[in-house]
Amino acid sequence: MNDVILSLRNVKTRFGSRVIHDDVNLDVYKGEIIGVIGGSGSGKTVLLRTILGLNTHAGGKIEIFGKQYHKLNTKEKHKIEQRWGVLFQDGALYSSLNVMENVDVALKEYTKLSSATRNEIAMLKIFLAGLPAESAELMPSELSGGMRKRASLARALAMDPEILFLDEPTAGLDPITANAFDELLKTLQHALGFTVFLVTHDLDTLYTICDRVAVLAEKRIYAVGKLDEVVKNPYPWIQEYFNGPRGRSAKPVPCGEK
Amino acid sequence: MTTQPTPSFDVQTGSDATTISLSGAWTTLHLAAVERAFLRSVKNAAHSIALNLTGISSIDTNGAWLVEQFNRKADALGKSCTVTGASENAGVLLDTVKNRPKSPEKQKPDPFYITLLYDIGETVVTESRTTLHIIGFLGEVLIALVRSCIKPKRFRTTAFFYHLEHVGLRGIPIIALLSFLIGMVLAYMGAQQLQKFGAQVFVIQLVQVSVLRELGILLTAIVIAGRSGSAFTAQIGAMVANEEVRAMKTTGLDPVDTLVIPRVLALLIMLPILGFIADIMGLLGGALMVWQSLDIGLSGFIVRLHETMNINNFYVGLVKAPFFAVVIATVGCFQGLQVTGSAESVGRLTTTSVIESIFAVIVIDAGFAIFFAAIGI
Ligand SMILES: Nc1ncnc2c1ncn2[C@@H]1O[C@H](COP(=O)(O)OP(=O)(O)OP(=O)(O)O)[C@@H](O)[C@H]1O
Ligand SMILES: [Mg+2]
Repeated sequence: MNDVILSLRNVKTRFGSRVIHDDVNLDVYKGEIIGVIGGSGSGKTVLLRTILGLNTHAGGKIEIFGKQYHKLNTKEKHKIEQRWGVLFQDGALYSSLNVMENVDVALKEYTKLSSATRNEIAMLKIFLAGLPAESAELMPSELSGGMRKRASLARALAMDPEILFLDEPTAGLDPITANAFDELLKTLQHALGFTVFLVTHDLDTLYTICDRVAVLAEKRIYAVGKLDEVVKNPYPWIQEYFNGPRGRSAKPVPCGEK
Repeated sequence: MTTQPTPSFDVQTGSDATTISLSGAWTTLHLAAVERAFLRSVKNAAHSIALNLTGISSIDTNGAWLVEQFNRKADALGKSCTVTGASENAGVLLDTVKNRPKSPEKQKPDPFYITLLYDIGETVVTESRTTLHIIGFLGEVLIALVRSCIKPKRFRTTAFFYHLEHVGLRGIPIIALLSFLIGMVLAYMGAQQLQKFGAQVFVIQLVQVSVLRELGILLTAIVIAGRSGSAFTAQIGAMVANEEVRAMKTTGLDPVDTLVIPRVLALLIMLPILGFIADIMGLLGGALMVWQSLDIGLSGFIVRLHETMNINNFYVGLVKAPFFAVVIATVGCFQGLQVTGSAESVGRLTTTSVIESIFAVIVIDAGFAIFFAAIGI
């Protein structure tokens, strides 16, 4: 349980002279669901992209599966890419492929499975992500915003990754679907034991499925720990986040308290 | 994680029961090794099948799905199948996977001659519709043009100048170079052929007529169709794909006014100018070659040009420019607005736009040639 699957040490990122992260330190353990929160524009998406090697970092060290991704050669990079799954904030589906083909992309690239089986697996992932079977044939531009999210989740799950990066997966979903999503993530996570790096604004998600919470503020990870520890952090933003009107209503009522 | 045993299965058939024991890692990257044989084994199995999962070292949803698929196949064949020895994790996975409904039945594709006929019919209908739409769109653009003349406030000055620069100014080098080269080639080939009749001096006339009347402006129009027409389609198409055009409409901005008119006007002004530059450069190229191969210097060339020149040739060439401009800009913008949301359609429509506008340019050019021949200019 205590293997570190992803570690960030003194990570700095900047665009031109604009510093986004100054000194980010974070360890993500194997098999946990870690929720990353922070104000809009605080750099959560940029951090995610940096971990995935899509941005270069200006300093520090990022290790995933014990390796520094950006220093690997192409073949070793592919090995890592097979072991992670990513859901981007705006879906980032391939617009010229239909939903099923979108899910199929990685399977086709990395496995030698027959196309019949790959289709079956794609349909399974589409089902798991909560999409109706008919949507398999639709193009991304024909989907609603929420459906696009779920199609993107199906794609992220295609290879049964060991670590899943999700950027606001429940934003834009109706509460019932969002709940179903939380349930699904929990079930799969329980059965498969994968790790989830979850960027979210959804307090319910935080309360129901996250093992730990990391707060991104002041250009670094300001607080990290179990939810009930983080909630006690006096930093004003955190207080407002959890004790504002939305924060209070999402908080589960402990037994014995009225 | 790296040295996992590949998955395998072992079939033991008794008189009326088959036991299949699975072992190894039934995970995505390893599944290909067993997939086909495993699913096939259901056929030869006895009536009652037991799947024993005790030997499995690890399994993920894709592996679980293979087991479930086996289950369903057995069901379809009327055999009974029980899964035993599943670990707690595997059990959870199997349960999760079990709920997936059957895929909807795929329709059988029609025989090829039906699809062929269908495709031909569809192409004819869509193409003729597109033509009608383009003509309708042209009308819309003309009305908007008139409207912005009446109410110049609606006119987007910044966009207009931006396109003037990008269509015109930045197009000058390539057009100048190309027409210079074409002028040279014309003079060179002409000199070679005419030499056979001892009529080299007519090279100058040849260059003059073909460059001024046809090639200068035609070349310009084709290069601009490839360079700016395609850019119009791609720019507007990307905006449509990004829902920017819808956002515009809801803010009360008319896409024709904001996007199309500045482009059409910019091209309308720049194409004659570019055509003029092409004419001059074509003649210069011709002059260079004439000097090279016939030893007639620039002043000789100009004198000779002056003597034989019919200024009508020049007008005939340039009068076509505005027509070409409107067609190229209209087709480019029209195709851009047809984009449906995928990046692929932006690419496809850009190609279509270039092909259609070059086609239209050449058809119009032919029309003008017949017209001028008929009225004797
Ligand atoms: N390509 C880029 N070039 C320059 N600045 C960028 C770029 N991408 C992001 N930024 C800046 O980095 C900062 C962090 O952006 P980021 O997208 O990570 O925010 P976020 O925390 O994900 O916000 P949200 O919750 O709204 O998604 C923002 O101020 C943004 O302007
Ligand atoms: Mg973000």
